[in-house]
Amino acid sequence: MTILFAGLAAVLVVSSLMVILHKNPVTSALFLVLAFCSLAGIYLTLQAEFIGMVQVIVYAGAIMVLFLFVIMYLNLGRDVETGIQIAVRRGLGWIVGAVLLAEGAVMFGRRWGLGPVTPGPSRPPVGNTQALGQILYSRYLFPFEVTSMVLLVAMVGAIVITRGQERARRESMGTRAGARGPGGRPPRTHAEEAVAEPGLAPAAAGEPEEQASVAGSARP
Amino acid sequence: MREYLPVLVFAAVAVLFAVSTIGVSTIIVPRRSSARKMAPYECGVEPVGDARQRFEIKFYLVAVLFILFDIEAVFLYPWAVAFRQLGLYGLVEMGLFILVLVVGYLYLLFKRAFDWN
Repeated sequence: MTILFAGLAAVLVVSSLMVILHKNPVTSALFLVLAFCSLAGIYLTLQAEFIGMVQVIVYAGAIMVLFLFVIMYLNLGRDVETGIQIAVRRGLGWIVGAVLLAEGAVMFGRRWGLGPVTPGPSRPPVGNTQALGQILYSRYLFPFEVTSMVLLVAMVGAIVITRGQERARRESMGTRAGARGPGGRPPRTHAEEAVAEPGLAPAAAGEPEEQASVAGSARP
Repeated sequence: MREYLPVLVFAAVAVLFAVSTIGVSTIIVPRRSSARKMAPYECGVEPVGDARQRFEIKFYLVAVLFILFDIEAVFLYPWAVAFRQLGLYGLVEMGLFILVLVVGYLYLLFKRAFDWN
């Protein structure tokens, strides 16, 4: 069991390090999938089967899809950030890292929030998922029902944001019809254009030579 | 924990298989690259532009809605497992949960979120 935990923890630490150290955001995102999967394995060793499976289904499966979408929407394939952005981000990173480190020190120092140290997780009389179901749908009924409202709000929000942008695009279509580039590309939404316009110049300027040589023959 | 031994063996075999096939092929495959070999290949067609193109926001909308209904489905698992212990009480509260989300589903239907065009 200890060997299993050590192996999973090693994979988790290494893949987490790769997430923050790798230059390519897409590769980082895929390493994050590996981190989630090894974390699910650690949950399994703690006999928390349901949480482990949810970790794989929701985080590694669904959330990471959104991460990859965002990476592609923002066109983060290559670094387009200028010096000041990196400096701000690095500063924030140091602050957040220091807070996390302090939190970890408090946790280790005082065993804050850990409760009395038990000799080990004792096997519950019923399965972990069943125990979770019994407590979630009786004692924590209200938070559970509130969750449905949260999901509803998220649905409405997603529609309002995307559809609102579409309407704005349709309204501005008449004034900007001539401004669009040559055909062949599907029309972009307003949100995409808002993202694209500031990023276009650095992306084009930072295009490496191998890109230019490949595209040069094909692009008119 | 013993019941997860087959899963562990399966995972170990899967990792071993992936590592060994890639590892063996990197060791024994001869590498003679030429400019023609390194050229990007797109079904025999000259590549046009970059693969990292921006695509339409409606794909993202589908992904977001998938996550929301995915989370709804996740809540059904422990409920189904503990169904006998919860009884009618559990059925009613899950009915309320589903009802709220059906309202959301109807909203999406009326907003034509599932229409592709």
